[in-house]
Amino acid sequence: MAFIDYYKILGLDKNASEKDIKAAYRKLARQYHPDLNPNDTEANKKFQQINEANEVLSDPEKRKKYDKYGEHWQHGEEHEQYARQQQQNRQQYGGGQYSGFGGGYGQGFESYEDFGGGGDFSDFFQQMFGGGGSGRSRSQAKYRGQDFTAELQLSFLEAAETHKQTLTVNGKQIRITIPAGVENGQTIKIAGHGGSGSNGGPAGDLYISFAVANDPHFKRSGADLYANKQIDLYTAVLGGEITVDTLTGKVKLKVAAGTQNNTKVKLKGKGYPVYKKEGQFGDLYLTYEVQIPTNLTEKQKELFEKLAKSGSS
Amino acid sequence: MAKTTLISTTDFCTWHEVDHTFIHSLGDAGLIEIMIIDKGEFIPETQLQHLEKMVRLHHELDINLAGIEAITHLLDRVETLHQEMRSLKNRLRLYEED
Repeated sequence: MAFIDYYKILGLDKNASEKDIKAAYRKLARQYHPDLNPNDTEANKKFQQINEANEVLSDPEKRKKYDKYGEHWQHGEEHEQYARQQQQNRQQYGGGQYSGFGGGYGQGFESYEDFGGGGDFSDFFQQMFGGGGSGRSRSQAKYRGQDFTAELQLSFLEAAETHKQTLTVNGKQIRITIPAGVENGQTIKIAGHGGSGSNGGPAGDLYISFAVANDPHFKRSGADLYANKQIDLYTAVLGGEITVDTLTGKVKLKVAAGTQNNTKVKLKGKGYPVYKKEGQFGDLYLTYEVQIPTNLTEKQKELFEKLAKSGSS
Repeated sequence: MAKTTLISTTDFCTWHEVDHTFIHSLGDAGLIEIMIIDKGEFIPETQLQHLEKMVRLHHELDINLAGIEAITHLLDRVETLHQEMRSLKNRLRLYEED
């Protein structure tokens, strides 16, 4: 467990006054507050550090203890015993002018019963102060818990249907309903499923972002789908009927005679579901790719030549 | 017809230790909707998260009403821009694969 320099976190030196601490905390909290930085884990982490630093430095008792032990906080208890021993020796041998020494120290180390109630405070804090700001003279500020983020991978077809999924976040199982039409990169918020708050503050939120896989056949833009459809030359020239794959199955489509390569057709309502609008769908846009026959037989070549001649005459 | 769950402003203020005047100011500024039913004041549950966020901004960061209004407006804009960016990224993906 590493030592945490709370002064450095707040950008202060060790002689900072209470007013300086308050001002520095306010400034940084306004910059990194989770409500002002939704879905930003780095900002959330920073905010937790700022909170913790403020919790210690704004409390005279905790600050005194922190300043006293500093980097040697792990040996605080040993140091305390040594100091008491020294004091006893002095009293035994005629000292006594240090009678007030040791009055309040060590109290924080005794409050281990509060361990674990500190929301998102660091191990360093818990170890040194024995819990999330549970000391007698602590400020009563309630802090909101940390926001969590998670990514959920969905296949193209999964994202096209409203369905339920069970996620395990921080050991807790959460069952969520994923509405059809969710987009790649879209984030939904599940309130109250983030980290627990400090000093009775509310829990943070859970942000789930969706990574929707691409489909080899369809390309998606919002609720509209795009696909290429190959048609043979004869159908393009003479017209005919083709079968097209859509999200909901195959449909038959008439191709007009004289259809050009790259002609686009729209199949209304055959696209992707519109997010949170039940029963509404985007459109499917098909681009015809006319296939030119290759490996012609002699007979076919002859017929094409005849056609070419008749076309040019 | 869909049911709307309402929360009494008195309960809200007690729970969050905020003054009624603060809620009224938010209502006057059009940031929340306060409904009056049988002389009781209520807020729809759908606005609860939004209201709690404003209370946090006020209490934890000492932001006044004008500041809350500005922040709410800017956060809405950020959200809209996020959505636009996501949509553009997804459209770009269509061309990147070609």
